[in-house]
Amino acid sequence: MSAVPLGMPSFPDAAREATRNPTLRRNLRHATHTIRDRRAAAVAELDDWAELRAAGAAIKDRTLRHLDTYLEQAEAAVVAAGGHVHWAADAAEANRIVTDLVRATGETEVVKVKSMATQEIGLNEALAEAGITAYETDLAELIVQLGDDRPSHILVPAIHRNRTEIRDIFRDAMGEWGIPAPDGMSDDPRELAEAARLHLREKFLRAKVGVSGANFLVAETGTLVVVESEGNGRMCLTLPETLISVVGIEKVVPTWRDLEVFLQLLPRSSTAERMNPYTSTWTGVTDGDGPRAFHLVLLDNGRTSILADEVGRQTLRCIRCSACLNVCPVYERAGGHAYGSVYPGPIGAILTPQLRGTGSAVDASLPYASTLCGACYDVCPVAIDIPEVLVHLREKVTAQRGHVIERSALRAAAWAMRDPKRYTALQRAAAAGTRALHPRRLPLPGWGKAWTDTRDLPAVPKESFRTWWQRRDTSGGTK
Amino acid sequence: MTDSRARILGRIRTALAGTERTTPAPAEPIARDYRDSHTDTGLVELLAHNLADYRARVHHATETDLPDLIARLLGSRGAHTLVVPPGLPDGWLPTAAGLRAVRGTDLSAAELDAMSSVLTGCAVAVAETGTIVLDGGPGQGRRMLTLVPDHHICVVRTPDQVVASVPQALRRLDPRRPQTWISGPSATSDIELDRVEGVHGPRALDVVLLVPPGGA
Ligand code: SF4
Repeated sequence: MSAVPLGMPSFPDAAREATRNPTLRRNLRHATHTIRDRRAAAVAELDDWAELRAAGAAIKDRTLRHLDTYLEQAEAAVVAAGGHVHWAADAAEANRIVTDLVRATGETEVVKVKSMATQEIGLNEALAEAGITAYETDLAELIVQLGDDRPSHILVPAIHRNRTEIRDIFRDAMGEWGIPAPDGMSDDPRELAEAARLHLREKFLRAKVGVSGANFLVAETGTLVVVESEGNGRMCLTLPETLISVVGIEKVVPTWRDLEVFLQLLPRSSTAERMNPYTSTWTGVTDGDGPRAFHLVLLDNGRTSILADEVGRQTLRCIRCSACLNVCPVYERAGGHAYGSVYPGPIGAILTPQLRGTGSAVDASLPYASTLCGACYDVCPVAIDIPEVLVHLREKVTAQRGHVIERSALRAAAWAMRDPKRYTALQRAAAAGTRALHPRRLPLPGWGKAWTDTRDLPAVPKESFRTWWQRRDTSGGTK
Repeated sequence: MTDSRARILGRIRTALAGTERTTPAPAEPIARDYRDSHTDTGLVELLAHNLADYRARVHHATETDLPDLIARLLGSRGAHTLVVPPGLPDGWLPTAAGLRAVRGTDLSAAELDAMSSVLTGCAVAVAETGTIVLDGGPGQGRRMLTLVPDHHICVVRTPDQVVASVPQALRRLDPRRPQTWISGPSATSDIELDRVEGVHGPRALDVVLLVPPGGA
């Protein structure tokens, strides 16, 4: 993952900033609650959801256990189908590979379909430095790009903007990037979408290079899969002469058949649909249909160190559905930007510190940006035990030395626990007995202080806390 | 580049050093206790229902009525240019005066952008999800063909091309062929979660369920 941006505030500082913005909070609350309810309805339609979820987790675990084998198999299949495969150990290398590939085409523009991996490596910025303009083509990403902003949600990156703000951004910025917004455009979502359609269509039709990520890479066949709604993905995958896909090494699934699990789990968990409007699959290149050159860039960038951690490893099952964001009481209040990376919410709280390490204040505070209420685990379609990983990461953070880390962690925990509503949620979830929820090893002194302002502490097993305290004392902890 | 390949694979092997993995990867069993489908009867009705639920317009026709229906669908949008892929049965094409049907083999994206509508068949349709799948086979054409024009009419042969579920659809499809799975017209909910139909893909999707002679 690219380095922490300079001056990035730690989680509690950024979160406090967000809570002061009532528009942001209202937008977030509306959005997360709406998607949450719709998701529950879409999932309830399938009486075998639990079995699908178990199979999804099992397939991903098996893949991770044999990741070397499956990656080599995928590589061979892509090459056999006429594609090229590149391996990037880190963000800098991935950016260099993509930049060189674009340069080799002689083009100075690319069209992009939303991809977490390319955001993670800061590809647009790297391309800009090389004099190449990357046009984001998702409506939300376009809003973010034109607004010179950062995404705040995996699935709905502009969730923090309302229609009037979007109208203003389009009116002010579209002209600088290409076709301007129509005169007299209102803030009706239909008119805004129409403006985006016109603005981007001109770019699609002349684009020679497309850049994408992928939701899945099938090892046995070398097939890539992109799941989307708007059709900009189809445009980027089909119209250009050259297609470059940057894909994290954990996106591989063994067989074509395995898609039967993920193509049921993903749309219902993410957009709460039986199926998303468009799914594209392609294998290498096809004569007379789509790009003539296809490049797959396999990205490590910290994933192998997550793989090495037997508790953290499950993080790599993630299919980026964003269901965990929409149920998270901390995300709802803090907003996506507080997480200080392209991965917000519960998944960001476990993924970012593992990708980047916990050396900075924001990354060390992320494992504390949670009440451990377990709602994220319950909705996760691949059953990632996010609370378990959070507790595990907290132990790692406390094993580190340093006042800055210590203080930001402490304050993040205090912030997360402060809201009585969230405390209640924690209690309720614990009572429901869906999982072992009590923060039995919560490694922070005074962690309950914020609660005691309003309420009594819940019962916490004393031995674990004391055990932790002793261990921490002897390891020379601060404070 | 070669170095990074070796480096990444090496890191993976080191990371997994403590993990039991003596069984060859494909031999490790996966418990597939989920259903192969959630419905076995009334598939065509379910397909029609789910297509309509995602704002596709659904029609029924026999092969004999088809040209007239298509003429009506085009007429209702004021469409005067229709692009069709190779392998589309000639008998599907309307004969109405003033309509120009173009075989879309060599058209560029810009030329396709000037076409009003596209008419295709499909490879398979999934009842449970309201999905039609195109795989570039006869009567379907290149992916670009069904992407650039603003109006797509897709004909599904019932009951042969209709399966119940995603697992059943995947078994019918060849991963080596480029595929587009379509569930309703293009849509976005990016602005305050209001669903808006049609951003970049065709904004109108008509699906014709072709009833076999003698009815179904
Ligand atoms: S952690 Fe689970 S719920 Fe969250 S985005 Fe990943 S797959 Fe979805």
